[in-house]
Amino acid sequence: MQFGIFTVGDVTPDPTTGRAPTEHERIKAMVTLAQKAEEVGLDVFATGEHHNPPFVPSSPTTMLGWIAARTERLILSTSTTLITTNDPVKIAEDYAMLQHLADGRVDLMMGRGNTGPVYPWFGQDIRQGIPLAIENYALLHELWREDVVDWQGRFRTPLQGFTSTPRPLDGVPPFVWHGSIRSPEIAEQAAYYGDGFFANHIFWPKEHFQQLIGLYRERYAHYGHGTPEQAVVGLGGQLFVRPNSQDAVREFRPYFDNAPVYGHGPSLEEFTERTPLTVGSPQEAIEKTLTFRESFGDYQRQLFLMDHAGLPLKTVLEQLDILGEEILPVLRREFAAGRPADVPEGPTHAARVAAQRRRTAAST
Amino acid sequence: MTSSTPRTLAVVTAGLSQPSSTRLLADRLAEATRRPLADAGAPVETRVVELRDLATDIAGNLVTGFPAPALREAIGTVERADGVIAVTPVFAASYSGLFKSFFDLFEPTALAGTPVLLAATGGTARHSLVLDHAMRPLFAYLRATVVPTAVFAAAEDWGGDGDPLTDTLPTRITRAAGELAALLSARAGEGAEGDAPERPSGAATGEGSPGLEVTPFAEQLAALRPR
Repeated sequence: MQFGIFTVGDVTPDPTTGRAPTEHERIKAMVTLAQKAEEVGLDVFATGEHHNPPFVPSSPTTMLGWIAARTERLILSTSTTLITTNDPVKIAEDYAMLQHLADGRVDLMMGRGNTGPVYPWFGQDIRQGIPLAIENYALLHELWREDVVDWQGRFRTPLQGFTSTPRPLDGVPPFVWHGSIRSPEIAEQAAYYGDGFFANHIFWPKEHFQQLIGLYRERYAHYGHGTPEQAVVGLGGQLFVRPNSQDAVREFRPYFDNAPVYGHGPSLEEFTERTPLTVGSPQEAIEKTLTFRESFGDYQRQLFLMDHAGLPLKTVLEQLDILGEEILPVLRREFAAGRPADVPEGPTHAARVAAQRRRTAAST
Repeated sequence: MTSSTPRTLAVVTAGLSQPSSTRLLADRLAEATRRPLADAGAPVETRVVELRDLATDIAGNLVTGFPAPALREAIGTVERADGVIAVTPVFAASYSGLFKSFFDLFEPTALAGTPVLLAATGGTARHSLVLDHAMRPLFAYLRATVVPTAVFAAAEDWGGDGDPLTDTLPTRITRAAGELAALLSARAGEGAEGDAPERPSGAATGEGSPGLEVTPFAEQLAALRPR
């Protein structure tokens, strides 16, 4: 089981001071959080990809490459990579390069994006979102597995005798998650390829995500990748913790009430009751996170959103200390307890290389 | 009709005062729909959705993108109903904002083929075109089967003899409710034979995911091959 943090990369004013970080401060804060994540014992850092203000991370491999050079163990990922509007050839090249530089500590999460104008800005049509996700990923998948590719599709200029370089490290492409909030088509796509499915279940009622993950697990088995329980599932969540629950609520309320995503709707109390958001003590965060397994089965990756709602960097660094010291050890122990032996761990490059060698040995 | 499984009738009412004339009209339409069917041996179960009680949840859903439990239940009640009666007061020459915001939360196909009776209340009969210029297009967008007679009740309709050359409110209620009851009883026939809702051919459904269907991936890929 892997634990990590994911960041949207928004520039949001701190509602208690009215001050917004500069783009430079926000970008430096994001990479500071990534280094801190490794320091406190987390396994994964993932960044969003956006192409409009108030978001800064338009160039994920540049950022992740910088982090790769300053970390040793941390897996670097995305949340998400826009498979609809990026050229799949460039994704294949950029992330293979990153994979080499990071010695395999790279995976990706594919997403379609939720900002309408990004499609026309990159010459695409939002009404073709699902077909773009399907065709572009089919090409990316092939580019990482076939040395020479002849290809023709609907959305991109054809390729004849094309080789994407560098080739994936050890001949094993980065692991891919497919992120979705509501589309069963994406669950089906993840299942077809035997890839991971990440449900950023932050807003909807749990029942919706139980259906989506249930569908993914059934179809994963249907396509012969393993049992439904062996399908590779990741989940999101958001935390704000202080040693005393009341302190957490008091400190976070002005951030919650004014946040671009949470604010001006249901109360903090209603929101924490109905969504994965925890605002409270470490023990409350532990208890809520453990309910995810009851709802969705044993899973492989848990990512927390910590730098939300305009919280200052200093506060988020304190949050990561609490996460690493008081929450993570208990979660690791509790999630390991009673976990069936045949449920896979979170995907790593080393494990995937070993699996590939076993397959090759078995077939010769 | 011999079916004993009750047909469900969802009554959506957007009146804000308590008691409201909008609710009064909704209740009379519901009863006028239910009674003839019940007399013919087809029970009808009526479920009233008072939007006033859900006003905060509706606003919350607009900003968060997900419904609170009570609102989710209300939306489900309307989506699953065999027939719907939708009644709004006239505000600023149209349906009320609360009424529209509630139906903004429905998927575009959620009411496809559902028989719907439309009604509205207002201070004077001069607002009555709201039925045909605002409400009917909304429910056409939602692909509902809207009955021909929609009912407008102006303040003056609740008393007096009315215009001698126009049907009175009770007559209009009876006519509209009769049209809805006829569609409901037709649906009762469908249900009695145990027809399952149609699925697109080749649809796959996970056993653990009864609400979701998906086209098998090979078909999705094949559909993209260059023509």
